[in-house]
Amino acid sequence: MTTTSQGLPSDRDFAPRLALRKRLGFLFGVLSTLAIVIGLLTLGTLIADVVRDGWHVLSWDFLTSFPSRRPEQAGIRSALVGTFYILVLVALIAFPLGVAAAIYLEEFAPKSRLTAIIEINISNLAAVPSIVYGLLGLGVFVRTFMLGRSLIAGALTLSLLVLPIIIVAAREALRAVPPSIREAGLALGASRWQTVRHFVLPAALPGILTGTILALARAIGETAPLITIGALTYVAFTPKSLFDPFTVLPIQIFNWISRPQPAFHERAAGAIIVLLAVLLLFNGLAIALRARLQRRIRF
Amino acid sequence: MSDPMTTLTTAQAARAEAARGTGPAPIAAGMDVEHLSAFYGRFQALDDITFPIHPGAVTAVIGPSGCGKSTFIRCLNRLHELTPGARVTGSVRLEGIEIYQPGIDPARVRQLIGMVFQKPNPFPTLSIYDNVLSGVRLHRPRLSRAEADEIVERSLRAAALWDEVKDKLKAPGTSLSGGQQQRLCIARALAVEPLVLLMDEPTSALDPIATYRIEELIWELKQRYTIVIVTHNMQQAARIADYVAFLLAGEERTGRLIEFDTAQRIFTNPKRKETEDYITGKIG
Repeated sequence: MTTTSQGLPSDRDFAPRLALRKRLGFLFGVLSTLAIVIGLLTLGTLIADVVRDGWHVLSWDFLTSFPSRRPEQAGIRSALVGTFYILVLVALIAFPLGVAAAIYLEEFAPKSRLTAIIEINISNLAAVPSIVYGLLGLGVFVRTFMLGRSLIAGALTLSLLVLPIIIVAAREALRAVPPSIREAGLALGASRWQTVRHFVLPAALPGILTGTILALARAIGETAPLITIGALTYVAFTPKSLFDPFTVLPIQIFNWISRPQPAFHERAAGAIIVLLAVLLLFNGLAIALRARLQRRIRF
Repeated sequence: MSDPMTTLTTAQAARAEAARGTGPAPIAAGMDVEHLSAFYGRFQALDDITFPIHPGAVTAVIGPSGCGKSTFIRCLNRLHELTPGARVTGSVRLEGIEIYQPGIDPARVRQLIGMVFQKPNPFPTLSIYDNVLSGVRLHRPRLSRAEADEIVERSLRAAALWDEVKDKLKAPGTSLSGGQQQRLCIARALAVEPLVLLMDEPTSALDPIATYRIEELIWELKQRYTIVIVTHNMQQAARIADYVAFLLAGEERTGRLIEFDTAQRIFTNPKRKETEDYITGKIG
């Protein structure tokens, strides 16, 4: 390599490779564009297919009718209501538990071997197949607690499923709050809890809420654990209490798809569109909330 | 025996009254540090520090990086012990009352001894107004609107920030410039009516003009408060301090007090060779 008298590299060291570097940059750009195109194309095909099959069944009647043996009359009222109930219940159960657990681990727990083991296990739980949670729910809530195939058993099972996701998200949000905020609170004479409650938690809230909404979106898309605990596939009523049987959109879809009649398959496609719309609404809400709250909070 | 904190609580209440103009001028509080050693696990950061902190004066703690200045100041309001594995031995007294004695709530100590940090740290979720009140509200959740307004104005005036922010009290504290944020943090500390104000390199993250304003402010504040300031800037110490403590760490990185004296004597006629070397720029 040529060097100047000071031992510094000269312009000539860079010039010959400039063309190569530009070519590499271009190549990488093409490759990453290709990657995103593959992802979008797959998703687009799926949505286009579903919309083509199910668009014409979408109507107010479709949303407000109960399932029926006659496909042209079948609707998703019980599934939509069930999904809504499950959503609210899971939020009520998993949000406080998950945030409290995250606060303990992040703000109060001593950094010991035990907490390290707990941490690893929580991260692992987030990756456990959902059917395993279904089996757990069946054994614990349905059988041992004798809750039966009820709304509350389903909600508790799904809460277990999303709890690790909420804990991990809430911990990351808490960890992103700089230690200087905690010191500021403590130096003002705040107790540990006051510091968390008044200063740390509000700063972490956008992250916690985003994580929770994404976890809830996962919960309403789950089918396997609810089938395992025996959620009904044909429900011609809306649950009146926590202990009533219920169904949700994914189960209704699963049920209609497994019928032989093509008319039911169209109903299933319609239900998928509704489910996707609900999920999109949720993710959009999470993004909007994060953008809104984060604009206010700068460290 | 009565609660050891009662005397101090009374002193704090007297300050609040004096601040509102309904009581006599308060007498500043002094501190005494004796045989103070601080540890992080097995590592000893400070060894056997003893010197007085005189009431109503500015005491500067100077020394090169890693000499334990910050650790020292964090021992004065019991913040050091919050680091996992950290502990303190020796004695720190505020108006003759041992702040490390059992039965004293560290949170109460920190209410009496305010602190300002190196990097301005206003609460990002709170407005300028609520930032000032954040400490007060912890102890008095039911503050009347008039009282709150009065505390905010008085504290912001004391921190020389009122004129700059009086028209945007609802704006986020973090919307201010660095120097303004630091004065907001000072206002927040003053709002609690502390007896002593600790400042850990309060200007090291600021530009020269913002630094000058903070130094001016420290001049004003020492009429009413006892101030301990950590600084690595000797010119700053020479400009604002009445007393100077010079700390130095040896090979094993444990900080020791080399010399404590009036600022005048430290900067014109230090007794120890190490002090002279440091202030003349030979070490550190």
